[in-house]
Amino acid sequence: MPDEKTTLEILRYHPETDEEPRFQSFEVPYRDDWVILDAINWIKENVDGTLTYRWSCRMGVCGSCGMMINGTPRLTCAVFLNEFYPEPIRIEPLAYFPIERDLVTVMDSFMEKLQSVKPWLIRNEGEEQPLEEGEYLQSPAELASYKQFSMCINCMLCYAACPVTGLESEFVGPAAIALGMRYNRDSRDQGREQRQEVIASDDAIWKCTFVGECSAVCPKNVDPAGAIQQAKVESTIDWYTSLLPWTKK
Amino acid sequence: MSKPYTRPMPRDWWNKNSAFRLFMLRELSSVFVALFALELLCFVSQVGQGEEAMNQFIKSLGNPFLLVFHAVVLAFALLHSITWFNLTPKVMVIRRGEERLPDVLVAGSNYVACLGVSVLLWWIVKG
Repeated sequence: MPDEKTTLEILRYHPETDEEPRFQSFEVPYRDDWVILDAINWIKENVDGTLTYRWSCRMGVCGSCGMMINGTPRLTCAVFLNEFYPEPIRIEPLAYFPIERDLVTVMDSFMEKLQSVKPWLIRNEGEEQPLEEGEYLQSPAELASYKQFSMCINCMLCYAACPVTGLESEFVGPAAIALGMRYNRDSRDQGREQRQEVIASDDAIWKCTFVGECSAVCPKNVDPAGAIQQAKVESTIDWYTSLLPWTKK
Repeated sequence: MSKPYTRPMPRDWWNKNSAFRLFMLRELSSVFVALFALELLCFVSQVGQGEEAMNQFIKSLGNPFLLVFHAVVLAFALLHSITWFNLTPKVMVIRRGEERLPDVLVAGSNYVACLGVSVLLWWIVKG
């Protein structure tokens, strides 16, 4: 066991010297208890210090180490080498994002999309509860209505799994919409109308064709595909309601 | 130096894995369901033109080409219905307090409704 090796084929891109990305193979020690991130860290420490990638917590919480593993977006800290051994493992940066360097992507577009859905609690002007009244109370049922969507760690695996984000770059995307829904569902929030300007727009829920891969790859079981379809139903009800004569503004 | 590289979207992205292929088949199934709906409209129109036109239409359904077409439509209609029925729990979330109604009940209600409508139609047609 100590002498066993396995191969990682890693997509490299150094903008100073490369016109386009290229694959480079690395032979790494095989350990039953190593995750892919361990093997990448071993390469960085022992073979090539220029290998560039993001990682932090190593325990599926920070959402930094998402990469394409044999074509599927996954957290490299949560995938063991033994899943593929002795076959080589192909590692690429998250799909559909521009590559900054090696396995690091440019995530500016995601940050902008995330902010566009206003993922924070919004209260109407003058309706903030005074501090002396204490916290906003919430029942377990009210918490349960949004808790699943609140588990998102912004790892962006869902974007790399969604062909719509690859085909239409303006698509607001799974995680941002799910997070918008997380706040819409929160009993303390009053910002749904503001978020609807983005969530119910052509670039958001109506671009989704319900491929469902975003939910399949989500490491936190957030189910963004479900969030988007539920938003479609609610927005459709909004539209029909707006046609009723007594609700017309 | 920043010179981000954007990889092109492969034309065959839909053939990358079985989930994408099933998705594309599900999308394609709507074409066949729509074609069958058109055929049904033609039938209704023939019925409106009298018994002779209706019988002529029914006779033409024995055409081997149409038999194959209907077999394909049936396969796609089943795929269409089953895949969408199975997706309903994601869309329709019914809560009782903290608990969510189990997916199998939400999806299952579609199958029960489908069976109910089919039996009703069969009963009317047999009439």
